[in-house]
Amino acid sequence: MKIAVCVKHVPEGSSRIDPGSKRLDRSGEGALNHFDANAVEEALRLKGDGDAEVVVVSLGPAKAADSLRKALAMGADRAVLVSDDAAAGSDLVATSKLLAKALERENTDIVLFGQQASDSDGAVLWAAVAERLQRPVVSQASELSVSDGTLHVKRQTEFGYDIIEAPLPAVVAVSDAINEPRYPSLKGIMGAKKKPFDTLSLADIGVDAAEAGEQGSKTQVLGLGEPPARGDARKIEDDGNAAQQIVDFLAEKRLV
Amino acid sequence: MSVLVFIEHHGSELQKGSLGVLTKAATLGDADVAAVLVGGGVKALASEAATFGAAKVFVAESDDLEPPLPQPRVDVIAKVAQENGYDTILLANSVLAADVAAGLSARLDAGLNWDLVDIDADFTGKRPALQDSVYVDVGWTSTPRIALFRAGSFDASATASGEPQIVDVAVELSEHSRGAKIVSQELEESSSGPSIEDADIVVAGGRGLGAPENFSLAEELARALGGAVGATRAVVDAGWYPYSAQIGQTGKVVSPKLYVALGISGAIQHKVGMQSSNVIVSINKDANAPIFEFSDLGVVGDVHEIVPKLTELIAQRKSS
Repeated sequence: MKIAVCVKHVPEGSSRIDPGSKRLDRSGEGALNHFDANAVEEALRLKGDGDAEVVVVSLGPAKAADSLRKALAMGADRAVLVSDDAAAGSDLVATSKLLAKALERENTDIVLFGQQASDSDGAVLWAAVAERLQRPVVSQASELSVSDGTLHVKRQTEFGYDIIEAPLPAVVAVSDAINEPRYPSLKGIMGAKKKPFDTLSLADIGVDAAEAGEQGSKTQVLGLGEPPARGDARKIEDDGNAAQQIVDFLAEKRLV
Repeated sequence: MSVLVFIEHHGSELQKGSLGVLTKAATLGDADVAAVLVGGGVKALASEAATFGAAKVFVAESDDLEPPLPQPRVDVIAKVAQENGYDTILLANSVLAADVAAGLSARLDAGLNWDLVDIDADFTGKRPALQDSVYVDVGWTSTPRIALFRAGSFDASATASGEPQIVDVAVELSEHSRGAKIVSQELEESSSGPSIEDADIVVAGGRGLGAPENFSLAEELARALGGAVGATRAVVDAGWYPYSAQIGQTGKVVSPKLYVALGISGAIQHKVGMQSSNVIVSINKDANAPIFEFSDLGVVGDVHEIVPKLTELIAQRKSS
């Protein structure tokens, strides 16, 4: 069995949008999107002691290699980074196209995603990638197992749980409730340096530059504005009188 | 302009979020607005849906389509949009709708803007970003445009009258859309009493309550305020409180007049279920809890100290 895990390198700490490019400023330090750590963990759990191969795949700047190395340190076997200046600023249409092309080369039984990207709050990519790969997709997986070429998923929804089965190959997005990701061990970190790591350009995955980046995108950012003011937000520390202060606040808002 | 709105249903109930989006669509200039319903028994819901602003309702009626899976819905909506030339497709966010929207984006090579809280008649969308600290104006460079709206963005109001035109849609599903099957469902039992979605006041508890029995703090405060009790996924997963009270991405989405968060850190999973509440009051020991970033009144303190006093003060006030 072969499992691909798609991961994203996201900015760490307080993020900003560059007013010039209107894109998220990715020049600072970054880290593995923590929701993706759940997907890596799940792939490693599915692999267990078996002979499955876990390949981590990312699309991003050269620095995204750090996040892929972290996934390798956790225990993934191999990493693929698609990195190309022409891919910067890709929206969902372009990103899903690029990622699907990279995944087609891998021909995996399962493609895993984390439940969302912490930088863009995007929680949609898997379904677009699944459509491009023409594979079944299941999201919000809170339990996952595989037997006889069939995927068994417990999906959490607004209404409860659905038990879903799908034939492999398939695409799954896991919920962050599915597991507790392991921390890389020192041995894992040392070992990660020797694991296979491929960096691919758009040409390598067979995508024309016109289909990537802003050129290949179908959405655009038109402007940046201030959020509507949230009234006069207040924060107080309890000095023994907080209950009364809350009541006064509610009275002022005519809520009691 | 022609706008197609995906209307989600659960059982025989149309989902408020998608009716809100349809209500909004009907206000977008002179756009020709239609709704699309997919599932078993949906034909019976078409007229009701139309009253929220659709002159035409496309209905893909089939028991095979009833299980809430995204890919068959992509097949249906893509066909309706292509054959009828809809240039805009709107959806209200949900576990199902997010996957439908993204599948459509790839199928139609159509731009998708998500997490929008508003859209205007020029089809410029508004998307909060970076923990809602920036509001981004977003657009589309080609049609069809696809927009996925944050839960609770629009109120649903029935305004239209007259019988809609109902159009049956028959769809041959793609092979990959037939792969996933729901083999069983564990749906929450519907609780008696006012639902948290309809309550004007919601008091919700999280891990910070410390133990399941401390949910009585939330229950007593809710009783004093005349509200309903909610819970975070963490405490529902831990078995402290029933699933039916879960608020968040995989739970209920609420937008009450007052939301009181007790011992809730404010993880994104929870935030998406309550951020459109009118007034948010939170109590948490951790001064750095994210919940304070979107609270109108944030109180750094111990819920076990503050809440009993608060409940008593409110009860006194109401009885005086």
